[in-house]
Amino acid sequence: MVKLTVDGIALEVPNGCSVLQAAELAGKEIPRFCYHERLSVAGNCRMCLVEVEKVPKPVASCAWPVAEGMVVKTDSPMVRNARRGVMEFLLINHPLDCPICDQGGECDLQDQSMGYGWGDSRYREPKRAVREKDFGPLVKTVMTRCIHCTRCIRFLAEVGGAPELGATARGEDMEIGTYVQQALTSELSGNIIDLCPVGALTSKPYAFVARSWELTRTDSVDVMDAVGANIRVDARGPEVLRVLPRINDDVNEEWLADKSRFAIDGLKHKRLDRPWVRRDGKLAPASWDEAFAAIAARMKDLPGEKVGAIAGDLACAESMLALKDLMSALGSRNLDCRQNGARLDAARRDFYLFNTTIAGIDRADAILLIGTNPRREAPILNARIRKRWLSGQVPVAAIGPAVDLTYAAEWLGVGPAVLTSLLSGLLSGEQSFAKKLEAAQQPMLILGQGALARPDGEAVLAAAWQLAERFGMLRADWHGFNVLHTAAARVGALELGFLPAPGAKGFWAMRAGAVDLLWLLGADEFEVARIPPTTFVVYQGHHGDRGAQRADVILPGSAYTEKNGTYVNTEGRAERGRLAVYPPGEAREDWKILRAFSAVLGRPLPYDDLRSLREKLATTHPVFARVGALPAAGCTDQSGPGGDPAAMLPNPFTFPIANYYQTDPISRASPTMARCTETYYPGLAMAAE
Amino acid sequence: MTAEQEPDFVQPEHFAFDAESEQAIPGILAKYPPGRQASAVLPMLDLAQRQMRRTTGSAWIPTAAMNVVAERLAMPPVRVYEVATFYLMFNLRPVGKFHLQLCTTTPCWLRGSDEVVAACRKATGIAGWHETSADGLFTMTEVECLGGCVNAPILQMNDDFYEDMDGPATERLIASLRDGETPPPGSAIGRQGSAPLGGPLTLLDGKG
Repeated sequence: MVKLTVDGIALEVPNGCSVLQAAELAGKEIPRFCYHERLSVAGNCRMCLVEVEKVPKPVASCAWPVAEGMVVKTDSPMVRNARRGVMEFLLINHPLDCPICDQGGECDLQDQSMGYGWGDSRYREPKRAVREKDFGPLVKTVMTRCIHCTRCIRFLAEVGGAPELGATARGEDMEIGTYVQQALTSELSGNIIDLCPVGALTSKPYAFVARSWELTRTDSVDVMDAVGANIRVDARGPEVLRVLPRINDDVNEEWLADKSRFAIDGLKHKRLDRPWVRRDGKLAPASWDEAFAAIAARMKDLPGEKVGAIAGDLACAESMLALKDLMSALGSRNLDCRQNGARLDAARRDFYLFNTTIAGIDRADAILLIGTNPRREAPILNARIRKRWLSGQVPVAAIGPAVDLTYAAEWLGVGPAVLTSLLSGLLSGEQSFAKKLEAAQQPMLILGQGALARPDGEAVLAAAWQLAERFGMLRADWHGFNVLHTAAARVGALELGFLPAPGAKGFWAMRAGAVDLLWLLGADEFEVARIPPTTFVVYQGHHGDRGAQRADVILPGSAYTEKNGTYVNTEGRAERGRLAVYPPGEAREDWKILRAFSAVLGRPLPYDDLRSLREKLATTHPVFARVGALPAAGCTDQSGPGGDPAAMLPNPFTFPIANYYQTDPISRASPTMARCTETYYPGLAMAAE
Repeated sequence: MTAEQEPDFVQPEHFAFDAESEQAIPGILAKYPPGRQASAVLPMLDLAQRQMRRTTGSAWIPTAAMNVVAERLAMPPVRVYEVATFYLMFNLRPVGKFHLQLCTTTPCWLRGSDEVVAACRKATGIAGWHETSADGLFTMTEVECLGGCVNAPILQMNDDFYEDMDGPATERLIASLRDGETPPPGSAIGRQGSAPLGGPLTLLDGKG
């Protein structure tokens, strides 16, 4: 620890702390542009100048380490003058276009020039102009505004792992860009918009849409993957205009993946805003009463076992509980949430959770990926793995078809044969990954949906568990067995037991026509069209996607920004999404639809408001009682899931996500995501046409 | 300056080091510790530029060559672009066979660099900086201090310094280059090294 004084406040800070960090601990705000807590220190904007006694010149506090007995002044006349000088230089080439700049109102340069800017400019010479760059469909550039803080360069090189931006030329000619005019390929590229302290990098889809002070902010949670990134939804009137990350160090730190940030324009397209009923083979608009009557008519005299329900990937826990209760009231136990066909075992929670936790990746010292491409399935989690990989000698290996993960992984093979050899000790050469796993104190494996959504999924699950046991990943103080989900609703559904009871019909049977009435709660991610015509399909959801096209009755529900819903992320962390705007037209919150229909059937569900529904949720399933928190992870029972590793098939693992930008009804309806598909997967975009 | 400004030239699609360059590469890489090959980016770019002069007559580095260097040194291409655009000695667009690099910094300017520049323009017909003459032989580039201030003004032709230049000397130099002769580099007025004009003036009377 080092003792120093900041503006007369004596304090003790850890060794290696910078003067800027020490000043923050003392409660002194230091203006800055280039410095960012989660990036390396560049020290090039010079805005953070402070005075240190016995140092003849002002020092850049972000890059100046503390020393014993240092006396720092953060607001002396010398400091104020120095910062004014820096600000004057920064403004030499910065255009005075705040009125037409999207950053206006939330701009660091604008704010700090209020404190340190001159009233007018002494600069009479022409300002420089910089040609715009094309960074692809997401990031808009106005490079004349750039003050060369290099945060975007550092973010893509360090966090994003796709070093495509650089500062070319020098002096007055220096420009930030890719030099070769290519679109940024990182799935985290949107974060450079947040990082940019000026209006040089702004959101392309959000260009000239709204001013920051017009927006109402709602704290919520993202549902585009199973990470459960914390977001704030900014809306004006009935429209969601943008989504930004909220800081949560246990989940997303302060990053957000591009799909989560930019797919929201899909909320305005292809929406179901009124009920529809199929009459004479054609869907016709209907009223809620008519829609409910049509379902009730079909249900009449139908035994419980001929009714079933499949929950989709974006469903909130509240609606799934209501649907489950409705089904039990009807006498049906045909429930399933595994519409990707994943052979998940819900016998114990740690068989399907990301037990190490996302923050726990920071402590792992060997990582094995099995049948997963986290770069597409969970970009934020992938950034966490990369951070861990960067920070030290953490070996990463992967099983599956080799892809670029943004960090160097050793590709051990493509299929389950590698698991067998690892288990039998065949791959135990001196330099092999098995040796590194054995040597590791806190090894972890991540099992992806690509390894589970196959006929031998149970066997792979069991083999992975045995592998975890063999390499000491299952201890009371460390749980290194992890399942990475791709659907925001999946873990919540598993917690609720949204699975077929023993002897009841599961996903495959229901898809093949084993039930006469199938209730799809936003289930679109399977070949809905292959449900036999004899099955009466009720689709409850928010987008006119695959499920709605096949449906006999459509009940318009609400998207994640339009309801108060609880989601459980892949770690088993319950998080609350909140209503930011109201659902369009006659659409309603999903649990209310189910509650209303239960009344039509004369078997009303036992909750009349969200509070009583959540009370039931919390009492029956304790995970919903502790929102946001996670209990201490550790493995207390080493007995594994039921599958037999010997039953593993030889065929290679495939990754579940072919096109990162279109994975659910919202992103498929989004024009921005369609543009991304055209840019980044030109082959797929052509095939779709 | 950068390739982003609507290029009026064609970037070759491919570049590969030829046998002569390949022979030099191991020696370059051996100068840096293992895992620090990225430090070799400057000599590797220089090698590429020299190969271009040897094979095409124009000493410049196409983007394809920068990509090859990046791949060789296992660094992201943009890091190579950053270095190549930072150092003005790397030409990122084709130049003439004779690259006239004129210093116009204060010492050279005081000693008459304006005259040298004017003579170059007159003799080659080039109007502005970074332009190449119609016959493709000459390119004029304005450079910062070349470090030869004692012998100012300096005109660097490709790798060689022509010193103590003035208008007529410059015109003579360009005329002989055009005729296929390369005059010996060094002082145009017969100065020995950087010694004072008219021979040594100090330390003449001492006995040692």
